[in-house]
Amino acid sequence: MSVLVNKNSKVIVQGFTGSEGSFHAQQMIEYGTNVVGGVTPGKGGSTHLEKPVFNSVEEAVQKTGADTSIIFVPPAFAADAIMEAADAGIKVVIAITEGIPVADMMKAKPYIKERGTILIGPNCPGVITPGEAKVGIMPGFVFKPGRIGIVSKSGTLTYEAADQVTKAGLGISTAIGIGGDPIIGTSTKEAVEMLMNDPETDAIVMIGEIGGNYEAEAAIWVRENGNRKPVVGFIAGKTAPAGRRMGHAGAIIGGADDTADAKIRILKANGILVAESPAEIGSVMAKAMGIEA
Amino acid sequence: MNIHEYQAKEVLKSYGVAIQEGIVADTPEAALEAAKKLNAETGTSWYVIKAQIHAGGRGKGKIQSTGSNGVVLARGLDEVMEKAKNILGGTLVTHQTGPEGKKVNKILIAQDVYYPGASEPKEYYLSILLDRAKGCNVIMASTEGGMDIEEVAENHPEKIIKEWIDPKVGLQGFQARKLAFKLGLEGTAFKGMVKFITSLYEAYIATDSSQFEINPVLKTSDDKILAVDAKVNLDDNALFKHKHLAILRDFEEEDPLEVEADKYGLNYVKLDGNVGCMVNGAGLAMATMDMIKLSGGEPANFLDVGGGANATTVEAGFRIILQDPNVKAILINVFGGIVRCDRIANGVVEAYKTIGDIKVPIIVRLQGTNAEEGAKIIDESGLKVSSAITLKEAAEKVKAAILVPSEK
Repeated sequence: MSVLVNKNSKVIVQGFTGSEGSFHAQQMIEYGTNVVGGVTPGKGGSTHLEKPVFNSVEEAVQKTGADTSIIFVPPAFAADAIMEAADAGIKVVIAITEGIPVADMMKAKPYIKERGTILIGPNCPGVITPGEAKVGIMPGFVFKPGRIGIVSKSGTLTYEAADQVTKAGLGISTAIGIGGDPIIGTSTKEAVEMLMNDPETDAIVMIGEIGGNYEAEAAIWVRENGNRKPVVGFIAGKTAPAGRRMGHAGAIIGGADDTADAKIRILKANGILVAESPAEIGSVMAKAMGIEA
Repeated sequence: MNIHEYQAKEVLKSYGVAIQEGIVADTPEAALEAAKKLNAETGTSWYVIKAQIHAGGRGKGKIQSTGSNGVVLARGLDEVMEKAKNILGGTLVTHQTGPEGKKVNKILIAQDVYYPGASEPKEYYLSILLDRAKGCNVIMASTEGGMDIEEVAENHPEKIIKEWIDPKVGLQGFQARKLAFKLGLEGTAFKGMVKFITSLYEAYIATDSSQFEINPVLKTSDDKILAVDAKVNLDDNALFKHKHLAILRDFEEEDPLEVEADKYGLNYVKLDGNVGCMVNGAGLAMATMDMIKLSGGEPANFLDVGGGANATTVEAGFRIILQDPNVKAILINVFGGIVRCDRIANGVVEAYKTIGDIKVPIIVRLQGTNAEEGAKIIDESGLKVSSAITLKEAAEKVKAAILVPSEK
């Protein structure tokens, strides 16, 4: 089962022939992801990485039956690419692009919602269901198949968590990198909800950071829904100063509620098992699952 | 990206937002010329002299050498030069600058808008920003102008009025009217406020801004509505669309190390601690800072070398971190995915040799693709660099490095 992507996902790559798109499409194909083609306007009819190139997402969907798209289009055109995918009936859009203007995302988000499309990202590492499909830029070998779901705003911190969970003797059902921008398609709560309802996921790692209220919202949802599965939380940025942007466009403390300490308090109050150090994500999860690490 | 008050006001004015008129100056002589010109253009005979730095609290803040406030009133042309002299070139310390303060290179000479008249002048507060939870812009307004809005939000949340803007249709007339009515305005002042809010929102959208804060917005004694101060923050990701705004960046307002890091595509934020760090990925970088603190140190910086870390970026990162005299140890934390750890290790060794004399201990934690090979390269380099594979190990080595510096 897993969530969002699996071995049956038919994936197209938007921004297929660019350097990023080519590199990661190749990696995804080698991983075993069912990449059915790509879209680069103006290069339709050609072949790239032995897959067909289309001029539009609409055409790609008609010819290949694609239901999932991954976007490597440059920031100025990425919101357009997201909306094009939704308009063509793509069910899951994963936007890797970093640096999309906020005003563009403000229009794109309601547009895709109205069309029933799920957007992951932008500014994210993508989604992986180990052993089935990698629709993202993460190093596949770090993610071993198993029954722990991961939701994270950060790329390398997701790999770190997956590595620790794996070394603790567990594995990953699906890891969802939701992205570090101020406006993202899928919130922490929505991603946690997907994993909570997934019969192949037994527990969830939820990784957040300073800025916004997504982690608090997710924690409250987890409690209101009866803490059905153990959730291990980690919030990065305890030492981040207020008012400064920490790499991610969305990682900025705007008030008293979005500091790491405030979020950790809310997580604990709602029954989330908080890892105080990033080095303890794996061991806290192992303990929650009854494994002595 | 932040811009100065005088730049912000020029931008707002170009979209029809009424502002307190002013002219920027960088010498006392230019300040006097500006005042004379303002007198001719607006008829004002008093002049407000305002230090131009990227920080709030200027009015209460003090110039270290002269004791002058950052915003002062000159009651006549004869006072302008003297008062300008007491601010220009000085270091202004406000509650937002930290104790080191900020050097004042420019001042804004502005017209006096608090003149007496038919009604009392009154200050309001207006801001526009992104509501992240709702994914749309929100306009916030308050009758408590001139105050710190965080305090108002804390003590009198009922005095903050909010209006959310649907991104599909933008600000509607009824919303601007609602805000103006709720601020208790009527007649000419009401109409002025509706126009003010409408043009302000237009400017916000047209410039791809991420925050506007107009505090105070003034209703003058003759019922005009205008911006007395203006804080404009532009969306960095949208600057490529607005070349004329991108050039407003003032590098003197930024930390020189941050400016240098930017040239190498490194995301660096200087902090006050004693352990420098270099990490790939923003989330892991923040987590690494937190881990340094848990190990008994304090992070000296945030530094994300990004996805394409290589020998050049590692060397640039080293050089930037080493310029900070507080740094007593450096932790490099890389989770190799697409980036291979042996390459990073070679980069570290190369950079170390190029820079030469590095006096602080360096801990390199490499995990992921080819982690073992990377650790081997570090261990066999013969340099004063120690390797770690797990985060836990790295934390312990940081602890050892800062606790017993005498043994090094």
